[in-house]
Amino acid sequence: MEYLPNVLFAIVLIAGIGYFAKNVGRLRRNINLGKDVDVSDNRKERWKNMARIALGQSKMVVRPVAGLLHIIVYVGFIIINIEVLEIIIDGLLGTHRVFAPLGAVYDFLIGSFEILAFLVIVSVVAFWVRRNIIKLRRFLKPEMRGWPKKDGNLILYIELVLMVLFLTMNAADYQLQQLGAEHYTKAGAFPVSQFIAQLMEGMSISSLIVLERAAWWMHIVGILFFLNYLYFSKHLHILLAFPNTFYGRVTPKGKFKNLEAVTAEVKLMLDPNADPFAAPAEDTAEPDKFGVSDVRDLNWVQLLNAYTCTECGRCTDECPANQTGKKLSPRKIMMDTRDRLEEVGKNMDQNKGEFKDDGKQLLDDYITREELWACTTCNACVEACPVSIDPLSIIMDMRQYLVMEQSAAPTELNNMMSNIENNGAPWPYNQMDRLNWVNE
Amino acid sequence: MSELKVKTMEAFMAEGKQPEILFWVGSAGSFDDRAKKISRAFVKLLNKANVDFAVLGTEESCTGDVAKRAGNEFLFQMQAMMNIEVLNGYEIKRIVTCDPHSFNTIKNEYPELGGNYEILHHTQYLKELMDAGRLQIEGETFKGKRITFHDPCYLGRANSVFEAPREALAKTNANLVEMKRHKRTALCCGAGGAQMFKEPEKGDMDINVMRTQDALETNPDIIATGCPYCNTMMTDGIKAHEKEDKVTVLDVAELLANS
Repeated sequence: MEYLPNVLFAIVLIAGIGYFAKNVGRLRRNINLGKDVDVSDNRKERWKNMARIALGQSKMVVRPVAGLLHIIVYVGFIIINIEVLEIIIDGLLGTHRVFAPLGAVYDFLIGSFEILAFLVIVSVVAFWVRRNIIKLRRFLKPEMRGWPKKDGNLILYIELVLMVLFLTMNAADYQLQQLGAEHYTKAGAFPVSQFIAQLMEGMSISSLIVLERAAWWMHIVGILFFLNYLYFSKHLHILLAFPNTFYGRVTPKGKFKNLEAVTAEVKLMLDPNADPFAAPAEDTAEPDKFGVSDVRDLNWVQLLNAYTCTECGRCTDECPANQTGKKLSPRKIMMDTRDRLEEVGKNMDQNKGEFKDDGKQLLDDYITREELWACTTCNACVEACPVSIDPLSIIMDMRQYLVMEQSAAPTELNNMMSNIENNGAPWPYNQMDRLNWVNE
Repeated sequence: MSELKVKTMEAFMAEGKQPEILFWVGSAGSFDDRAKKISRAFVKLLNKANVDFAVLGTEESCTGDVAKRAGNEFLFQMQAMMNIEVLNGYEIKRIVTCDPHSFNTIKNEYPELGGNYEILHHTQYLKELMDAGRLQIEGETFKGKRITFHDPCYLGRANSVFEAPREALAKTNANLVEMKRHKRTALCCGAGGAQMFKEPEKGDMDINVMRTQDALETNPDIIATGCPYCNTMMTDGIKAHEKEDKVTVLDVAELLANS
């Protein structure tokens, strides 16, 4: 019986980490449904981007208020997690505050965790107010209705509860230390929880131990719950922001990729020596589908982008089409991509790893043509994203499908394109008149 | 109007000479009535600085940029490869254009298709000429006027060229004022991504009207642009705001040519 808590703790820990690992496997599988793309270039710049944008939060502070609040929660999250290491060791070995012998260093650590925990609570409350009371425009867009709004608030509630539990645990511990309770040796500094401890004045040692243990257990179980919540939430960005900024764009934003399959065909067409009636070579593969109509036509970085999106809406807020009331919202493009990818993944899980046609696709069932044609390709969304997501590349790839596979461009654009084909300009002017402007 | 001296690449070839630069006029610069004036203003400056430049004339064709942004990769690459064949045939090394869209696609998308050139936006080249002392600007006409510069997406955000147009504008001795959203956060004029050639989707405002509002908030005498499409959009925006009597829209080249 003596080891019951240790065994119980080990089981909870293994179950928590195990289920998370299982979902990470699913995540990897889904992302790998995307087409291959070469990202082996510019390693140095990619590491720099990750350090600057993800680790250094450089793009978050473009909006100072949200940026500062976010940095507090981010730093708090990372630093306070050092404490989780101690909690895990204590839980497994049955020790209490195993790092206490560090003395002054330990006091400093616990003290700074407490101050950060307090600041995180303040920030989380401010975030909640921004989402629910101030009603910022970007949190009220149609794509935020239902689960996305709930998800955003749930994350804040969980973070709040975790911080309150952490401080309660410390407060009870501090009170027990003052009373000289067995096992509770004097260790740590408690700049915040000593005030909470005042509320525990007069409680018996046994009730304080119950309170301390309860808070300790709920805190660690809460952390494991939160870890497992990630896969189902926009909060996945806390992990994926790092690979995503690494694999993000390292070329000028204006550079759109050239389709290699098209290059081969065009070269053949322009080659005067090519035999137009030649039989295709034996090893010619099935012709590539041009553009994107479903998630598996996208490349894996685009799919990683979708899982990384935390729906902050800065892209949509900066989008000229969205600002002028058009249906396009770059954030919705990313959310739709993730939702459809999840649907495809679940479909595969239910069909022994094979995708069974469900009669649906990303185009039309999720993203409408009206949204795609409203884009001005201005790159404001790409510039705005704090974690290097590129919604524009998905929009462009889907336009390619519409135009090259379906010939479904708006009529005016078809006219423009036939002008280019016929006379080398988007307007119906003769190429021979191209120099007339000199003498006009 | 004084005569413009414009020589084609074909003529250079016949003389067995190479020009300093090739001026890529672009479809708008060749055919659009408003943009033609920009081409003429730029050539006026080139003539003034005695630049030995060439144009492709009837051998130039649409870069294909607008087809690519519309989703027609096939048409884009056809245009690109035809142009590259001409440019490589003439062994062109250095190109200047007044159109940020041509600038972007030749700079970023032509190299993989076999077209490797140094390409400059005309504001970069004009600044180069002025820095080298080849082009002198009196800077009287617009002295003290309030001018606000609208960053073209494909020059600014897409290729991080922010300073050249501003430094070139400074030579007019005008009073340069910035819009609230400028450089990296500049709002699009609404023409990009092939929108120039179609009606906008349903919404509650046109993008160019919103962007012109940004510009008008600086209380300008002149809105300066560096793109023929932005120029059209901003000019229409001024009309929508019924401010055409008070505010004019001019390209950086036009401002310098008349300074």
